[in-house]
Amino acid sequence: MTIRIEYERELAELRDGVVSMSSMVDKAIARSIDSFRQQDVETARQVHESDYKINEQRWKLEDQALTIIATQAPMASDLRWIAACLHIITDLERMADHAAGIAKIVLETAEEPLLKPLVDIPRMADLGRAMLADSISAFIQQDAEAAREIVGRDDEVDNLYNQVYHELLMFMMADPRTIARATRLLWAAHNLERIADRTTNICEQVVYAVEGRITELNVSDY
Amino acid sequence: MVNAQILGGREGADMASSEPESIVSLRDLNVHYGSFLAVRDVNLEVPPRQITALIGPSGCGKSTVLRCVNRMNDLIPAAKVTGSIIYHGIDVNSRAVDPVEVRRRVGMVFQKPNPFPKSIYDNIAWGAKINGIKENRDDLVERCLRGAALWDEVKDKLKESGMALSGGQQQRLCIARTLAINPDVILMDEPCSALDPISTLKIEDLMRTLVEEYTIIIVTHNMQQAARVSDQTVFFSLDTNRTGVMVETGATRQMFTNPQDSRTEDYITGRFG
Repeated sequence: MTIRIEYERELAELRDGVVSMSSMVDKAIARSIDSFRQQDVETARQVHESDYKINEQRWKLEDQALTIIATQAPMASDLRWIAACLHIITDLERMADHAAGIAKIVLETAEEPLLKPLVDIPRMADLGRAMLADSISAFIQQDAEAAREIVGRDDEVDNLYNQVYHELLMFMMADPRTIARATRLLWAAHNLERIADRTTNICEQVVYAVEGRITELNVSDY
Repeated sequence: MVNAQILGGREGADMASSEPESIVSLRDLNVHYGSFLAVRDVNLEVPPRQITALIGPSGCGKSTVLRCVNRMNDLIPAAKVTGSIIYHGIDVNSRAVDPVEVRRRVGMVFQKPNPFPKSIYDNIAWGAKINGIKENRDDLVERCLRGAALWDEVKDKLKESGMALSGGQQQRLCIARTLAINPDVILMDEPCSALDPISTLKIEDLMRTLVEEYTIIIVTHNMQQAARVSDQTVFFSLDTNRTGVMVETGATRQMFTNPQDSRTEDYITGRFG
């Protein structure tokens, strides 16, 4: 039986806000790739504008979290959970920046056709979006094991990125006139690779919130 | 009776070549009030020159445990304390130990400031006098008032009544009075519960200064206070018979961010009950 009704309500509101923000970010990623694939300037512009709303949501949630800390003095797992929220909304906001980065490429280069049909880049986007959805689900479910599993999927995204990179390198070496268009594809792929990396940050926060351990789950080979 | 030299106190502590791991150890401590078992099987190590906070819900026995350390429970006729209270290697719960001598070495500050109805000066000098402390009285009064961070506020009115001070100043006067008998352990039973937030923070600052020379054990209901001032936190709870039990002890930082026992977690997050 809870005896802190207002406190529980504030925590639930913060949780719902994080879920809502993650949906906004997921939508931005999906639409940025759609706009990229179709060179759709209007959709790209909408993605770019949605970035401001996502930023506002981040500031609102940060304010809510700090207010809870200031007024309710959370302790133990509650404190860790709120600290994790603060990190997660920062990562979500940066993921939205990456989506806006893809949209910006469309806005600047839509008059030129894509160098090649997109195959791996949409797959990277799908994998990144699935990792985002699952990491937020793990956060809500307080499931550290699920979080650890999600991090393993980042390798798939990294492998796709390397594949895209080497493929585009071949284009550029074969015909230097493709360098500008190939580089734009590489930028898009790089944004998606970073989005997947950000989900691993979210997973690390899930492990911290649940177990109280600060752990780097995605250790680089370098 | 065991005398002061054997018990140690500050003089004894200063003679020690190395800091002991615990200045006070409670071993298999049980306290009965008549037939009611108030506290069961407490085993606790209190490190020297640290602040140990005892927290827990009302009635869990934390004040009872605190009062065992300087034999204050002897003043309650129905109270019976079993187990060992090892202080400087001596079981002060033994009948062979004079409780008055224990209280000289283990000072106590209470919930409500209780200065004597005497001058500020005499509040400090009197205790020292009856305890036979030979230090120059003026020096002693100044040293203790400085130690309690009160000197600057009262140095020009030492002959005025201690009762005329504010609540926070009265509590610091009581701490100064405690310092006058040269204890090395200071027990504090909710020392700030009757004080406003500013006076509370002054006492907390004072505690952090005092702990450089003294060992402090504090009972507090204010978990933020325990989190702010203490090095070690001990959580007590109640079993099904409403007997107090020690649930978990740990470094304060860990206890308030990642407690190991779900009962501690429920209590400090406010979900107890």
